Amino acid sequence: MAKSDFKKFIIYSLFLGILILPMVGFPGRTFEAVRAFTIWGGIVGILALWLLNKTVRRSGVYQRTATTFSPLKNTVLEKFYKLPTKYAILALLIAVAIYPLLANNYMIDVGITCLIYIVLGLGLNIVVGLAGLLDLGYIAFYAVGAYSYSLLNLHFGISFWLSLPIGIIIGAIFGCIIGYPTLRMRGDYLAIVTMGFGEIIRLVLNNWDKLTKGPNGLLGMSKPTVIYPAFTESGLEWVVYSLRSLHALYYLMFIIAVLTVIGVRRLDNSRIGRAWVAIREDEVAAELSGVPTTWLKLLAYAMGAAFASVVGAFFAAKLSYTNPNFFIFMESCIVLCIVVLGGVGSIPGVILAGIVLIAVPEVFREFQDYRMLAFGLAMAAMMVLRPEGLIPATRRKRELHETDESSPED
Amino acid sequence: MDNASFIIQQLINAIFLGSIFSLIALGYTMVYGIIELINFAHGELFTAGAFIGIIVLAALQQIGFVETHFVLTLIFVFGMSMAYVAFLGVAIEHVAYKPLRKASRLAAILSALGMSIFLSNGMMLSQGVSDRAYPAIFGLKGFSILDARITYGQVFIIVLSLLLMVTLNMFVNWSKLGKAMRATAQNQTMARMLGIDIDRTIRVTFMIGPALGAAAGVMVGMYYGSVRFDMGFIYMIKAFAAAILGGIGSIPGAVLGGMIIGGVEVLWSAFLPSEWKDVTTFVVLILVLYLRPSGILGEHVSETRV
Repeated sequence: MAKSDFKKFIIYSLFLGILILPMVGFPGRTFEAVRAFTIWGGIVGILALWLLNKTVRRSGVYQRTATTFSPLKNTVLEKFYKLPTKYAILALLIAVAIYPLLANNYMIDVGITCLIYIVLGLGLNIVVGLAGLLDLGYIAFYAVGAYSYSLLNLHFGISFWLSLPIGIIIGAIFGCIIGYPTLRMRGDYLAIVTMGFGEIIRLVLNNWDKLTKGPNGLLGMSKPTVIYPAFTESGLEWVVYSLRSLHALYYLMFIIAVLTVIGVRRLDNSRIGRAWVAIREDEVAAELSGVPTTWLKLLAYAMGAAFASVVGAFFAAKLSYTNPNFFIFMESCIVLCIVVLGGVGSIPGVILAGIVLIAVPEVFREFQDYRMLAFGLAMAAMMVLRPEGLIPATRRKRELHETDESSPED
Repeated sequence: MDNASFIIQQLINAIFLGSIFSLIALGYTMVYGIIELINFAHGELFTAGAFIGIIVLAALQQIGFVETHFVLTLIFVFGMSMAYVAFLGVAIEHVAYKPLRKASRLAAILSALGMSIFLSNGMMLSQGVSDRAYPAIFGLKGFSILDARITYGQVFIIVLSLLLMVTLNMFVNWSKLGKAMRATAQNQTMARMLGIDIDRTIRVTFMIGPALGAAAGVMVGMYYGSVRFDMGFIYMIKAFAAAILGGIGSIPGAVLGGMIIGGVEVLWSAFLPSEWKDVTTFVVLILVLYLRPSGILGEHVSETRV
């Protein structure tokens, strides 16, 4: 056990004690020693494990075991990686398609939520991952979609399908409205302004009682319908089927998600996608190489907003209800977490992170309260330890490990 | 209530809000000046300060310390809350910023945001979701100017915040550490060559900035009488608007921006529907960033940057 590590361990433990004991120990007027010391003890325990891990690693045990197992591990991994991606995608599609047949209503609902967040994540991925513009108010576009469908449906009786393109256009316009004044801004300014913009949208929805009914929200939108031909005794008839059941809604969302994945993938590999990456890497160089940066940045916002708007409309139609409190800042953070943990710019990463971050907290419901706590910590830890995310985008991985000269100490 | 007293009352409100925003904005500006990064967790540090204030105050009240030693109580409350948040600031810097100093900007911002989410939820879990009432130690004693009622609490808060700002300015301008901070802000490589310990300077900045925010948190608690785990968010955006408006990186700018934002907000609430006042601040923020991103005192006072 190295002496400096041990010293660090002691200092960190004491430091955390100072930070944790008063904050956790006083939920009311009296000091709750058990609660405070349990949590502190738990964290010190984790620190001790880290110390142990470091000591063991230094003694070289890991390297010995690694050399014993590595041939086996390598062959298995090689076989796995050699499987064509085609099959993996096909298997995933089949699994997602038959999922509602095996699950109960609650699980289907969780599935729909997962798909919603995956599409939101993919949409935000265009803005953050491809164009490199940090958007902390992304949920506002989701709200725009939800409210534009709700208002169109309630006031003019426009159906879900017709309001989708209108919603997309409105969403894209809002995307440009936030995009235009922020064209010249860099990372952190942009983050705060988009955050403020997200709040403005929420506050307007909350305060504009005449149009949005304020915090009470809008109620009674019709569900999406499909029309299909049926052959009855009187001949061919067009039957209107309203997608009321969770199964139907799940499949609708599934189709939206698949279309989104295809769309985002094609965007990623297109000329536009490469131009976005160029802007992300070096805006001045991109501009000088003839990339119309202004238009492309606006386009990134508009595209991202359009995807969010579609899901927003679906969300409002699914619940037949919407209110401004669905669109708080924390929601933006969850979507951003999905993008960041999955791997900025990586489509499979976002899908995986969407499933993990939305489904896992539902499985462990008793830890629901700790969800955001863990998300926040995971986000910071991810940036420090593995900035490329769970499944890194190939381009991004290369780039990050090139610039990362000094690895963090601990 | 006649016109004159109304104006005085609103003036007091404006100065109070202005000094709160200034104190928080100072934290932003100092940290930004030195590492060119916005400390997203600053709003949560402010809230943490307010909570520690409640805890210390409640504990002192229970042992009957407040009645006997009033001045000492105030010193304890502010001192302990500022010290705690200074520690917290250093811890955050060590965990979330230091390893990413050479990484991309996006990574650093996201890590800071993660820290902010973590802290805000940590406070929610440990201190509860509902409002916590602040023990009223000042009572309603006060005096009147032209029928406008001013309590001693208000006077104390305003005087203390002005005192903190003046002290900070003196520290940054005259002390050795303050000079080191200014040097680091201007040119890190050169400062290191001249023997300034950059890590230490950054640590000190991360102590002072959050400590000022903590003082603002305690003041807000005392003034409005309650604290909530998520109140930092709105103050953070407004203080940020103040820092930008004054010119980020400039200490007088932060104070000026804070006063302007406070004034605008009070004016708006006095004459126009107050539920739209937050929207106004955001609009001001976006307009300033669009029209003059360097702020009022930005560019041309670059030598006073911290």
